Amino acid sequence: MGDVLVFAEQKNGHLPKTTLIALGAGLELARRQGGRCIAATAGKQVDVAADTLANYGVSEVLALEHPALEHYVADAYAQALAAVATERGVETILASSTAVGKDLMPRLAARLGAAMASDVIEFEEDGTFVRPMYAGNALATVELTGVPKVITVRTTAFEPAAASQSKAPVSKLTPKLDEKVLKMRFVKFEETKSERPQLTEAQIVVSGGRGLRSAENFKTVLEPLVDELGAAMGASRAAVDAGFVPNDLQVGQTGKVVAPALYIAVGISGAIQHLAGMKDSKVIVAINKDEEAPIFNVADYGLVADLFKAVPEMVEEIRKLKRS
Amino acid sequence: MKLLVPIKRVPDPATTIQVRPDGTGIVTDNIKWVINPFDEIAIEEALRIKERLGSGEVVLVTIGEKSWQEQLRTGLAMGADRAILVVNDKPLDTLAIARVLAKVVADEKPDLVIMGKQAIDDDSNQVGQMLAELLGWPQATFASKVEISDSVCTVVREVDGGLETVQFPLPAVITTDLRLNEPRYASLPGIMKARKKEIKEIPVENLGLDLAPKLKIKALKAPPKRQAGRKVSSVQELVHLLHTEAKVI
Repeated sequence: MGDVLVFAEQKNGHLPKTTLIALGAGLELARRQGGRCIAATAGKQVDVAADTLANYGVSEVLALEHPALEHYVADAYAQALAAVATERGVETILASSTAVGKDLMPRLAARLGAAMASDVIEFEEDGTFVRPMYAGNALATVELTGVPKVITVRTTAFEPAAASQSKAPVSKLTPKLDEKVLKMRFVKFEETKSERPQLTEAQIVVSGGRGLRSAENFKTVLEPLVDELGAAMGASRAAVDAGFVPNDLQVGQTGKVVAPALYIAVGISGAIQHLAGMKDSKVIVAINKDEEAPIFNVADYGLVADLFKAVPEMVEEIRKLKRS
Repeated sequence: MKLLVPIKRVPDPATTIQVRPDGTGIVTDNIKWVINPFDEIAIEEALRIKERLGSGEVVLVTIGEKSWQEQLRTGLAMGADRAILVVNDKPLDTLAIARVLAKVVADEKPDLVIMGKQAIDDDSNQVGQMLAELLGWPQATFASKVEISDSVCTVVREVDGGLETVQFPLPAVITTDLRLNEPRYASLPGIMKARKKEIKEIPVENLGLDLAPKLKIKALKAPPKRQAGRKVSSVQELVHLLHTEAKVI
């Protein structure tokens, strides 16, 4: 009892930071529950990912290999994971709140008849979980009853697992899937091509809002600052709605939640739903010409200025700083 | 084609939410209640699919108090054909909601269920996926494009780092993302027509389901307030402080 099964997402054998965070959270929860932390990864062939996972302090790595798991699809993955969770009798099944985690874990919970808490940010002593609601305007303490329990964790709230000295045993399993009922087919993935760091992994995020006024200005005004800082680029929902940038750059309640060391909000007013996605950043800078903009209420450093002047100036200043 | 659209009543997204001092919930005085914005997108998509095919029926369903009729009427005024209100005033968790919806699906036998990816009150993002599993149906969450031909559904999904395309036969569950469409407003004739459309009420007890919640909210609290910092007077000062004081660049 007390064991935690972490669903460890892998991409072509590589473990994204969000997976290491899931492991970090899983290890912490297993300690609190007095159980073991087991990592499960899945695919057609997952030797490389499983071998890497074994370095992160878990008790065991399960490598679930099956042709139907070649690409992530919810129905096959839910079946595979439910089977091993049941077989191992784990208390909690945990994943990061990534697009895959959000898609998969509720389906898994329903398959197991389990209660589920999304976006957990804290584990409490008494076994309850803390999670945000209402765009982060309320924090709920929730109790899940029954076993197993299913949770996703918010990736900004936990530290990634560190590599350890010892290596966990890897068990290769071929899950028995009822393939007759699998109906979903992966067709293709079109990656947003970018040389920049991922939004959820970056140390610095520079986001633009409606104040940028056009897709063109995102390119000519904002991007030089993004690249000068080696940052990831984000956007407010208003900028996405206006078609300036694709939705996968959206930071907010219904987009990505980020907490970088530095978050620079440019031409963003600071709607509740945007703040929900960035207010846990360590240092927040706001540049906006409207001094009443709510973004200034959460900013450590606020500059009331015309962004079209201030941003190019900032690029210059940073270049100077780098030269000095 | 029959399309079922589950909807939820939530506080207007522009409302500032305040937690009650005793932590039992949020302050609901003066809150304007609306259809969850992602569910509005789902209604719009269902209407467009019906319009494209030239025939079909769009049925709304919600699980809540009698007053939730108001949001069903709004959806009917947008153009949905009829609505079902499963009357319930007890707290239900996401799995219980999915079970109620699965029962409604068993009775209504829709070809497609289309609903919001998440409700903006509890922000769970679970019910569509749970419903798909209970029904043994395919699911496509975070949809930004939906195409249907000959009972095969192709959906473009908004995932981390790009767009994913999946394909499956109907029936299925789809949940909507932001850019799928721009919902229409109810027209005046639409509002007039909606008054005569049917809203069937079903007491939740009549469904004979085990709905005991496995997730209980013990308490709500307001999040720690972030202190506003200071205003700087120039870009030079800003960059200087980020370098020397905050030490982040």
